[in-house]
Amino acid sequence: MLFLRQTFTVMAKDLRSELRTKEAVNASLSFALVILILFSFAFDPTSETTREIAGGLLWLVFAFAGVLVLNRSFARELPNDCLEALISSPVPGAALFLGKALANYVLLLAIEVVCLPVFGVFYNVTWYSQPAQLALVLVLATWGVTVVGTVFSALTVNLRLREVMLPMLVYPVLIPCLMAAMQLTTTLVAGDPVAGDQLAWLRLIIGFDIIFTSLAVLLIDTVLIG
Amino acid sequence: MTALAIEGVWKFYGDFPALRDISFSVEPGSCVALLGRNGAGKTTLLKILAGLSRPAKGQVKLFGQDANERSSRASIGVLGHGIGIYEELSAIENLRLFAGLYGLPEPESRAMEWLERTGLERVKDGLVREFSRGMRQRLAVARAFLHNPRLLLLDEPFTALDDRAIAVLQTVLRDALAEGRTVLMSTHQLREALELATHVALINRGKLAFTGSRTQEMLDDPGWIYRNYGEA
Repeated sequence: MLFLRQTFTVMAKDLRSELRTKEAVNASLSFALVILILFSFAFDPTSETTREIAGGLLWLVFAFAGVLVLNRSFARELPNDCLEALISSPVPGAALFLGKALANYVLLLAIEVVCLPVFGVFYNVTWYSQPAQLALVLVLATWGVTVVGTVFSALTVNLRLREVMLPMLVYPVLIPCLMAAMQLTTTLVAGDPVAGDQLAWLRLIIGFDIIFTSLAVLLIDTVLIG
Repeated sequence: MTALAIEGVWKFYGDFPALRDISFSVEPGSCVALLGRNGAGKTTLLKILAGLSRPAKGQVKLFGQDANERSSRASIGVLGHGIGIYEELSAIENLRLFAGLYGLPEPESRAMEWLERTGLERVKDGLVREFSRGMRQRLAVARAFLHNPRLLLLDEPFTALDDRAIAVLQTVLRDALAEGRTVLMSTHQLREALELATHVALINRGKLAFTGSRTQEMLDDPGWIYRNYGEA
């Protein structure tokens, strides 16, 4: 019970801090919208090819914009040595990690929800034709991105070049999750349901989430303290 | 049971031994002044005691429990070089946050109690980023003492404090000692520290050079310990 209370206390603190400063959300959302709009100029929105690459393009935007949120996750603790105050408290590393991951998750999902209608308009796709399945893919794949990004945010927090290092470390690890999300999203925005062989991609994302969440929870103390 | 037992602790930064075979114990209710020149290893030792760093060799026990155990951290209060306070939260939000993390019952009333003790009750809803340096330092003291820790680890607590914050810190430290809590503080402010201390430990280049009771001689002449046990 205390573990859950500590987890939600950390999550609430991160969300409150972000809502007050809006430094990560504003940067991430602006970046996502600008990239979506700029890419739309590069492709003909009526062509079939655009619709075929739509899922991939959408997840690239989510991944690039997401890193801006994830970069701030542990960097937010650096002023006044707040991370030391958290680590020297009795909060388990797992509660600290999950609290931060949940806060990042909420922020990333919010950015994705804002981006989807813009994506629909500029790429001329009916993204809402399979809403339940699209929501499932977003929820599962975004958790994968969040977990990996939050762990590497902790790992790179004391590096001077963490803004550069985080994407370099995160994207290669995210390849399976992003590939699956791209495949599934392309199918869904084309109006087709996920079925048959496509379910293997869904299972891949679920497996990715379970493996990386477990690894993160087990290793976070080592990452934070050494 | 000793409040703190340090046995054969070594710490390396690369090949450089920052701490070399440090061993000493602290009895409950004592106040230990941890002395040493800059770079002697005081902060490194305090970080190990606070669970922020792991020793290369040796072990540290807090009230009989391994210092790396999360549960043992509920019994310590840490005031380090950084104040450990969030600028974008208000004073009461900061204290409520830490009360929640420590699992304290009635976090609101505990936070209010410490805001009153540190003279910050009138600005409880003000954002910390709007506070003066002295107010931030008093809030940091409230954060470190909020959960009534049995052992206080203070790293140069009097450094850069304004007179009001020094008075607040001295008062809460005296109260804590009167309640039987244990204090270990590193400091360069010898006179303030020796007035409170019951024991003294001196570290020279990572090695423990002296440990023992604080004597009248030390109080009369704060430089005495460095002249007799410090580096040449």
